[in-house]
Amino acid sequence: MSLGRYVLTRISVAVPVLLGVTALTFSFIHALPGDPIDALVGFRSVSPATEASIRAEYHLDRPIWEQYLLWVRNVLVLEFGESPITGRNVAATVGRRLPATLALGGAAWLLALAIGVPTGIVAAVRRGGPADELSRLAALAGIATPNFWLGLVLLLIFGVRLGWVRVIPPDAPLASLAMAKFMLLPTITLGTASAAFVTRLLRSSMLAELDAAYVRTARAKGLRERTVILKHVLRNALLPVVTITGLQLAFLIDGAVVVERIFSWPGMGRLLVRSILQRDYPVIQAGVLLIGVSIVLANLLVDIVYAVLDPRIRY
Amino acid sequence: MSDRQPTTDRGRIRIVGFDDADSDRPGDATSSDDGDGSLAATAEPPAGRTDRPTADTQSRTGPTAGASRSGTALEGPGSRSAGSWQRFRRDRTAMAGLTIIVVMAVLAVFARPIEVSTAEYTMTLQPVSLAPYDPAQPFVGPANAPPSWDHPFGTDWAGRDQFSRVLVGGRYTLTVGLVAVSLALGVGIPLGAIAGYFGGWVDEIIMRLVDVLYAFPFLILAIGTVAILGRGFWKLVVALVVTGWIGYARLLRGEVLSVREREYVTAARALGIPDRTIIRRHVVPNAITPVVVQATLNVGTVVLTAAALGFLGLGLEADTAEWGAMLSRGRDSLLQGHWHVTVFPGIAIFLFVLAINLVGDGVNDALDPHRDASDDRRRMR
Repeated sequence: MSLGRYVLTRISVAVPVLLGVTALTFSFIHALPGDPIDALVGFRSVSPATEASIRAEYHLDRPIWEQYLLWVRNVLVLEFGESPITGRNVAATVGRRLPATLALGGAAWLLALAIGVPTGIVAAVRRGGPADELSRLAALAGIATPNFWLGLVLLLIFGVRLGWVRVIPPDAPLASLAMAKFMLLPTITLGTASAAFVTRLLRSSMLAELDAAYVRTARAKGLRERTVILKHVLRNALLPVVTITGLQLAFLIDGAVVVERIFSWPGMGRLLVRSILQRDYPVIQAGVLLIGVSIVLANLLVDIVYAVLDPRIRY
Repeated sequence: MSDRQPTTDRGRIRIVGFDDADSDRPGDATSSDDGDGSLAATAEPPAGRTDRPTADTQSRTGPTAGASRSGTALEGPGSRSAGSWQRFRRDRTAMAGLTIIVVMAVLAVFARPIEVSTAEYTMTLQPVSLAPYDPAQPFVGPANAPPSWDHPFGTDWAGRDQFSRVLVGGRYTLTVGLVAVSLALGVGIPLGAIAGYFGGWVDEIIMRLVDVLYAFPFLILAIGTVAILGRGFWKLVVALVVTGWIGYARLLRGEVLSVREREYVTAARALGIPDRTIIRRHVVPNAITPVVVQATLNVGTVVLTAAALGFLGLGLEADTAEWGAMLSRGRDSLLQGHWHVTVFPGIAIFLFVLAINLVGDGVNDALDPHRDASDDRRRMR
């Protein structure tokens, strides 16, 4: 199958999933107990005139499938209306929170790779040795540590006891030195579990590659072990790490919801939790839709990148 | 001991010689219904025993191709079922994990007396009370007191005894983990088996639904479900089942796809056995192993998610002595310098999830020695 055909097939699978994601997010407000109008006005008593205007705005008098299509049409132009709680434009609210979460998630992902890749290589090369056992225990500990607890403990040690970092974000732009310093603890909190996954995954895929015939050939022709590992084995072993990017994205978003709350980080996660507690449903809807769509698109992208990197995958 | 016999011996019709493993060892194929343990023992050359430590290390740290090849040579087909427990017993870290879980379960059960009350009278099922105080009783000591002899883990903001709360909190964590995973298996296994076995439009519908749900992160989906249903024990369980079944369905479907092509399934079909029976007796038992491993690991994930929901104030009621909920005020207490409020419930969660992961690795090596234990993609879901 040519690459073009593969990409087309893959997109044709993603489209129904995207439709499902929008349908599920759309039905969220209708699945809530009671009249959806209550959710849309923020559970206050409003004048009949306001209620009528909101009913008209969300086309609540139309059949449900028509409401869905109209909603999708609005979503495509990023029109989510206004929050009944804060009165602000939903799309703008979400958009303002997005960069902070992207910065935090990106930093955590980089940290996970920076720790996970070297550790995974060492664990695979020294298989069965003390370094391997140590990395296994460290990885298990990293997976088992609840991120909210890790964040609290880091905050306790470095924020409260030692006083090295602030416990709330500084009033500074996102791309500033003060902010970068503050981001250190949230990044570690968020990146730890991911680093553990990368370590274990890379270790197992390296072990599989180390048994391959080309490794023996490379060694037989007298290449230095360092070259064999870094140039030949690692390049092939990194492919599975690429494929879990979508999964990692989902995992980092989950983590961000918790970590942002601990560190008062002004991102999407904190916005979502606040919106749930305040029952600000249009904001929840927009946030959840954004997350779902980005994960579907990320997985699509990963599949295509994978096919480019490894032509065998285009079956 | 041999309650999980090879599938070739199950059902009314006995089909011998179709299993790959059996055909490799013609001598053992007919004798697989006698004592499985003895078969494993005789099949094992003495050399296998002398270098047991290295074999153990290899299987524990994830078998390499070399280790799994020697595994196939050493273990006969019968030992696959009976030898699993033996293999698990030999795995010291897995046994350590199991010990931690058992101890925590015992502590949770005996933390406070369990009573069943009806309108008429109260029956005490379990009279022992390890916890010195009622976990919900406020001001049994000063508020936010650091650990002392009276209160080994200190007290929280309302002067409740943290030690008692941590002990009793194990009840919520353990039951939520077990109940949610069992129910999710109850949904995921039938759907995955049906999707994989029948294929076609049934498969399309189920798997597209799985794909759609997979587009939302675990915690986000759980938060959304809680937002619709509200808070409470069973609502929390439902939220965790909604997020949990998709993983099992997907995994089992993939396995069933390959199992249904095997000769014994074709043979069963040719003999006119109903699909229902084929799925129950032949397909699912042969495809279930990775699901069992995943389910074991998932108890940890589910407990972490439940605790995260509790921490966010979206799980059980905020005053419940649940480990996650106990941390929900942790940030405020922490900034006031009360470290003990945060540290002890967190250690409890950490220990439990770590133990589950150790057991999960052990179950993986014991049931399915050829699969790599360190495929941690499964741990993320």
